[in-house]
Amino acid sequence: MSVKEEKKNPAETAVKEKKQIAAKLIPIYIMGKRYEVPEGLTIMKAMEYAGYRFIRGCGCRGGTCGACGTVYRKPGDYKLQVALACQKTVEPGMYMAQIPFFPANRAQYEFTDLTSTPEEVFKLYPELFRCVACNACTKACPQGIEVMDAIAALKQGNIAEAARLSFDCIQCGLCTSRCFGELAQYHMFQLARRIYGAKILPRAEHLAEMIGTINEGRYDQILDELKHVKEDELKKLYQERESEPMAAGEDWKPEDTRYL
Amino acid sequence: MSYLGYPDFFEPYIKKVEQTRPARVEKRKKGEEFPFMSLEERQEILKHHPDYKEAGRREIKVGPNKGYRIAHEFVDLLEAKSKVDPDKVDLTRTDYETDVLVIGGGGAATIAALIAEENSAQVVVATKLRHGDANTMMAEGGIQAASKGEKDSPYYHYLDVMGGGHFKNDSDIVAAFVKQAPDALRWLESLGVMFSKFPDGRLDAMHGGGTCRKRMHYCADLSGLEIMRTVRDEARNRTNIKVLEFSPAVELIVNEHGQCAGALLYNMETEEYLVTKAKAVILATGGAGRLHVQGFMTTNHYGATADGIVLGYRAGVPLAFMHTVQYHPTGVVFPEQIEGWLITERFRSEGSDILNVHGEKFVNEREPRDVESARVIKECLDGKGVPIPTEKVGIWLDSPMLDILHGEGRVRTAFVGKWKVYDRLGIDISKAPMLVYPTLHYQNGGLKNDAECETAVPGLYVAGEVTGGLHGENRLMGNSLMDLVVFGRIAGRNAAIFAKKKAKEGKLTLEHVKKYHKELEEAGIITDRVAPMLLPDYTRPEVKEKQLTAIYLGLGGKNRA
Repeated sequence: MSVKEEKKNPAETAVKEKKQIAAKLIPIYIMGKRYEVPEGLTIMKAMEYAGYRFIRGCGCRGGTCGACGTVYRKPGDYKLQVALACQKTVEPGMYMAQIPFFPANRAQYEFTDLTSTPEEVFKLYPELFRCVACNACTKACPQGIEVMDAIAALKQGNIAEAARLSFDCIQCGLCTSRCFGELAQYHMFQLARRIYGAKILPRAEHLAEMIGTINEGRYDQILDELKHVKEDELKKLYQERESEPMAAGEDWKPEDTRYL
Repeated sequence: MSYLGYPDFFEPYIKKVEQTRPARVEKRKKGEEFPFMSLEERQEILKHHPDYKEAGRREIKVGPNKGYRIAHEFVDLLEAKSKVDPDKVDLTRTDYETDVLVIGGGGAATIAALIAEENSAQVVVATKLRHGDANTMMAEGGIQAASKGEKDSPYYHYLDVMGGGHFKNDSDIVAAFVKQAPDALRWLESLGVMFSKFPDGRLDAMHGGGTCRKRMHYCADLSGLEIMRTVRDEARNRTNIKVLEFSPAVELIVNEHGQCAGALLYNMETEEYLVTKAKAVILATGGAGRLHVQGFMTTNHYGATADGIVLGYRAGVPLAFMHTVQYHPTGVVFPEQIEGWLITERFRSEGSDILNVHGEKFVNEREPRDVESARVIKECLDGKGVPIPTEKVGIWLDSPMLDILHGEGRVRTAFVGKWKVYDRLGIDISKAPMLVYPTLHYQNGGLKNDAECETAVPGLYVAGEVTGGLHGENRLMGNSLMDLVVFGRIAGRNAAIFAKKKAKEGKLTLEHVKKYHKELEEAGIITDRVAPMLLPDYTRPEVKEKQLTAIYLGLGGKNRA
């Protein structure tokens, strides 16, 4: 890259002066209305290209918030497909609608009072047993979660399994929108994960120990002194601090133990 | 047609990475690391960081930080008018009344709401999008706390935070932070956050850029999502927390005693402005990536538009460390569909190499973020970046190394979120490397606060990314999630106490807005700009040219005149 070109760092101009590489335009149908958009765009960017400006149906734009659940079909295909608008690339002729909100029953509970028994879930969500194992939920999951298997695990009282299977859930609600038994799967999974995280997984004892040490005031003076050292001295302490090697195992111990 | 899911164009470049991989893996196995830079070398490299580009910033002409040079994109918003005419707002007609008003709907806001509620406050949470739609949700890497006493302590965490921030950080805030981090972690554990653990409950932990101990705890590669959805679920259990979605604040309200006493909310769907009266206010509106500072792509959420900075500054809260913006070293630059998307630092923590077009290493993967980004930018300026057909340039992040180093399936299981998204695009990142470039990631600075989350305006508390002081000039990985938990809790508690003990009943005013307008006028700033921005505008110029409405009549053409 020559010096002249240096100013024009290509990635810096990415946003405002985006050069469209002569992309082919393809027709899509946003809620049934035809627009021509460049192929290769996500549904979300294609809608913006068409002139839509989102208030709902747009969130993190990175596939983790669940705001942009979308249903679509392709011409001549009976099959209903699902996607996140920020993740799915447009296809010619696809016709689609976003589902930015879907009503779902969520139980109220006092979390500290719950135990780790499956009956807690059964009590709060008795509709769990309305599941007819049709698997429509799994087909509707843009995250590829085995939703029905996770529900089956809950029915069997296996909270840990339901928690693990549903870990990637972004709570977009598409499963709920398709459920024959009218379950709100994602709320049930949330409950399962919380019970698993707090009441089934063993707690970190070293964490409790550290809090004890802090509360006894072990670091009060050390930190107080650090706050008042001059910048040069601080830099020296920083550069001289011992570093745990990348490849060190869980049993690694530092040589300098003065500030532990 | 394609090579490992990438267009043919990339085949020779990927092959170079594959050629150098076995030797690089061997080095990793032996524990041989690329040398770290000295503080002097860091200083030299940082000249290539966008923060150091003088043309990218200008002085603010108004407000408490008059004369402070920060990015044009921020100044544009600060030198702008209110969305409303303050004379036309009838503040005697209140639409909502509460003890504590929380502005924002992400991690800091939700945690503050929970703790305020536990301190017997009635809470209203006003948020711009859905509850939980925020950068918190997107944080992947992890959350820092010195939790293992046999090798780590708040002392080392303190040094790391300061070193990352160029030793400029607010030391009181940092000390409070490192001391309270372990308790904040335990609180999350008690709420049911599914941390990655050993079978005996010991927390998994790893290094991050700029850490001297492995203290980055995590929930697979979805740490932020897991934390956000858990605290949101808990907020939904509390009947004394009322959440107003799609209702951002557009101005703070100050009472005749100079205390912050609520906010003017804007229902984005009905276009009504709603007066909300409160005894204390917590501003937790997050960051600003969607301003696309210096034209950079961003990892941030759709709503990251610096609203809180505008609101707080108008009310008289000074700014701190707003002259620095964090560029995450590794944002996706190709494929186009996920451009700007964050690739967690954990890929590097676990041993993925960063490589130039020749498949060579040129930097240690664990430098602080600003140094790492600046070094990557320099490598590309030197012509050693990987060319991309969309006229961009990138570098490789060699993820397939992880399956070799840690065993087959490591990428698929430890980075399930990333793997799935790439998989949908036809790329298996356990076989093919990723193309990345620095991307706008975090607002290092913000509204000036102290360790109690107080600001220059009594009754106004701040928490999370909107604040400035903890991270100094550069934040380390894993300290943003911990920031919002530690200071979300402190803000919640202190706001509830203020509401109970210090808040005085008094006339509500928008005098500060009128004063600010006057100051703009006196500074000779003639502009149609209006702030807060609320949402970015990605409408194409070709569409805009045809949007010819001469007089805006509101939704559905209802004439409000």
